Amino acid sequence: MKNFIKVCFFSLLVIGLFAGFANFGVPRIEPAPPPTEEKVDLGSLTMDQFIALGERVYKGKGTCTLCHNNLGRAPLLEKAAGVSEARMKDPKYKGEADSIESYLLESMVKPSAYVVAGFGKKGTNDTVSPMPDVSAGSIGMNDVEIAAVLAYLQDLGGVEVTVEIPSDAGEAAEDDEEEEQRKPYETVEDIISEVGCGACHKIGEDEGENGPDLTDIGAERDAAHIRKSILDPNAEISDGFEPDLMPQDYGTQLYAQELEMLVDYLAKSK
Amino acid sequence: MNWQKISKAQMLKTLSVLLVAGLFVFLLPVDFSANLSDIGTNAANASEKAAEGATEGATEDGEASPFAPAPKTTLASYPTVDGVNSRVAVWLVAQLHLWFAAFVLAVPIFVFIIEAIGMKTRDQRYDNMAYEFIKVSITAYSLTAILGGLLGFLLILFYPDLWGYLSTIFKDTMFWYAMLFFAESACLYLYYYGWHWLQGGNRKWVHLTLGLLLNAVGTMLMFLANAWLTFMMSPEGVDPSGVFSGEIWHALQNHLWNPINLHRVVANVAFGGSIVGAYAAFKFLSSTEPSQRAHYDWVGYNANFIAISALLPLPFAGYYLTTEIYAYSQQMGITLMGGIFAWLFIIQAVLIGSLFLSANYYLWCCMGRSEGAVRYNKYIKYIAIVIVGAFLVWFTPHTLVLTNEELKALGGPYHKYVGPFGIMPAKNTAVNLMILATYVSFLFYRRANKVATVSWVNAGNAMQVALFTAGVVNIFILGIYYGYFTNTVYKIAASIPQVCTTLVVIVASIVIDAFIYKGSKEVGPLKWGRVPERSQYALFLLAVSFTWLMGLMGYIRSGIRQHWHVVDIMRDNSADAFTPTMGFAANVVSAGAVIFLSMVIFVFWLSQISSKKTDPKGYWTPQAEKPTATMGAE
Repeated sequence: MKNFIKVCFFSLLVIGLFAGFANFGVPRIEPAPPPTEEKVDLGSLTMDQFIALGERVYKGKGTCTLCHNNLGRAPLLEKAAGVSEARMKDPKYKGEADSIESYLLESMVKPSAYVVAGFGKKGTNDTVSPMPDVSAGSIGMNDVEIAAVLAYLQDLGGVEVTVEIPSDAGEAAEDDEEEEQRKPYETVEDIISEVGCGACHKIGEDEGENGPDLTDIGAERDAAHIRKSILDPNAEISDGFEPDLMPQDYGTQLYAQELEMLVDYLAKSK
Repeated sequence: MNWQKISKAQMLKTLSVLLVAGLFVFLLPVDFSANLSDIGTNAANASEKAAEGATEGATEDGEASPFAPAPKTTLASYPTVDGVNSRVAVWLVAQLHLWFAAFVLAVPIFVFIIEAIGMKTRDQRYDNMAYEFIKVSITAYSLTAILGGLLGFLLILFYPDLWGYLSTIFKDTMFWYAMLFFAESACLYLYYYGWHWLQGGNRKWVHLTLGLLLNAVGTMLMFLANAWLTFMMSPEGVDPSGVFSGEIWHALQNHLWNPINLHRVVANVAFGGSIVGAYAAFKFLSSTEPSQRAHYDWVGYNANFIAISALLPLPFAGYYLTTEIYAYSQQMGITLMGGIFAWLFIIQAVLIGSLFLSANYYLWCCMGRSEGAVRYNKYIKYIAIVIVGAFLVWFTPHTLVLTNEELKALGGPYHKYVGPFGIMPAKNTAVNLMILATYVSFLFYRRANKVATVSWVNAGNAMQVALFTAGVVNIFILGIYYGYFTNTVYKIAASIPQVCTTLVVIVASIVIDAFIYKGSKEVGPLKWGRVPERSQYALFLLAVSFTWLMGLMGYIRSGIRQHWHVVDIMRDNSADAFTPTMGFAANVVSAGAVIFLSMVIFVFWLSQISSKKTDPKGYWTPQAEKPTATMGAE
């Protein structure tokens, strides 16, 4: 019996150590929730806002930056629009595009029409792209989102933005009716808790360390600066912190009243 | 019937008839699909209901398909039971089923091999050990079936649309699965209960053949179940809306089927060996008789040998699986290795490090059985340094979690010197060195009690040193040059020649050593039982680490589907359609591991009491002696 107890204790200790390490030895990251389509009022969008929407889709739902980054997994897209015409004249090109816009669209929904050298699927001699069709499968962008990303890529590439803002949301609005409208958060504590500010920031009782300390942010920044930092977190990065860590979509996640409550609370935190 | 008087020919004839009849049933080319349509009706109804409104499936040539698209679920499609989290319930039961299934599928594999070794060497100790192993697994078999049934019920209850969709596609294989389960039971019971009956001469061959059949059927069972889960990860045989083409083979042979099959067979053997090792360790610690301790020391050594033999190729099977995940979907591959799950591989590093350290520590302790081991003791510290160093490299995270002050002091989240150890090429190099170091521990253990008699022993040892030096240099060059001075494509691709280098070194070393120690002398008889008790805790650490690691990897494998039941085909719209945090997953895995190990202890206890007999003096009324002839056929 003595050995039995010793063995049980030893086994529980080992399991406890593994569980403890998994809980406290690695960063406590909240995985992103499943992607949802952004609600947009197409009628009131300016082209700049449409391009900004494209950037959000590009970095968010589209998961484009998973591969199109500086790690060499896929070609960088800063110059994609600029080199489109040369690509269309390349003998390797198998598509039917006749403009920069249609080439970029084709590269999103039929990525194998042109495969950049060295980025093809293994064993295909750069004839098949590993990239999925962004309009289908797990990415599943709708027409509005694809158009917005096209506008963003044209803007990024420094060419004329020829994409027109769609006149109706089409599929974008299709699922909206099914989605239940969320009730507004009633207190600023609810907002901080639900949005998860404390996962990265020191705020209230939370001790997040991946973002700046917000306990006395009001002493350093005014309300306008705080509002801008929430809506466009990469506009200015505090020293010692990485860009792209903070979600870019709080402008759409939060209702206007909630945003103002949060800004007011932070501005008064001195 | 007097079984003693059955002739060998009669017995063989009877068994042959049974086997042929069995094979006839399993191989009968009957299309059961028509008769099966009613079986899945209830579950399929749910699927049809959910798919109501969806366009009727159509084949490529425009004809209407008899199969519906994948259901589009809503929150209301997922029944709930008060106080029960459906995802956690299914997760726990599936994991428990998998642990037990892995155990009961693995044990017959090495029992078959041990029995064959016993037949070849005519050393009855192997036969007794094989019987003891299968005896341990027999109760676990029932628990596996119970948990499998419970998992089926929970899936039908909590995920009726998913179950309906999958059972519409896989109904034929589900039927065959049920039939194979009968075959598995028949083979197992004949194999276990016939162990002492089928001894000697042709009978032993019949028994070994039953063991082979048991393994064949068990492996087929696992492959069928694997196809269902890999279909959920890499669906094939369906169109983009999920309409099934009707070709079951296409759905079965999906992209990740074979990589998972291979990975699970190897991992099961490693896991099964570790659990049996823990059993032997407990019996060793509980025994006071020197002969019993010697026996269970020997059993534990063999179980550990099995576990480590399978552990060494396991990372390579893992590479193959990961490579195929990338090949199927780069997005899924990056989610696995570069996204939220990347940190799990740091936890995995701790577990793999525990496995290698405990396995090596056990081997070093075991060298105490031989007087000749002292010759190798001076090298152990270097092996320990290599293993700990490799573990630390594997353990180094890609980015560091730091306070603001630390970040400012460091100049970013990457450390200037330690940072380069955070990427995969460093970790690939580390794991290959760890495997080689473990092999060297085993080599020393094998050599400890031997003295080579061949004249070229020094030249042979020089060859071994040259082989390992060349191998290690090649692994470093591949890791450093291709890992840090080329683009990402080559970083990953360089892992394959590294693995090949390790395998070549191990195989060549085994061959060279076999020739060096051909006709060798023994230093003295091995003193089984002369190991410190702490060595047995290394076996427990091995078993617990394997169990926990399997649970963690199960979370990752399932988790990379993210918010999809069937990737890109059927979206998960339940309240739990989000990836749980690592901490939460670790807590579920820990709870599962505690439940599993408790049940395993229960199984071990059952196997012990089955051989105990109590004589309740004065309980039974004394009866007059009766002739045995009246008891029945005698």
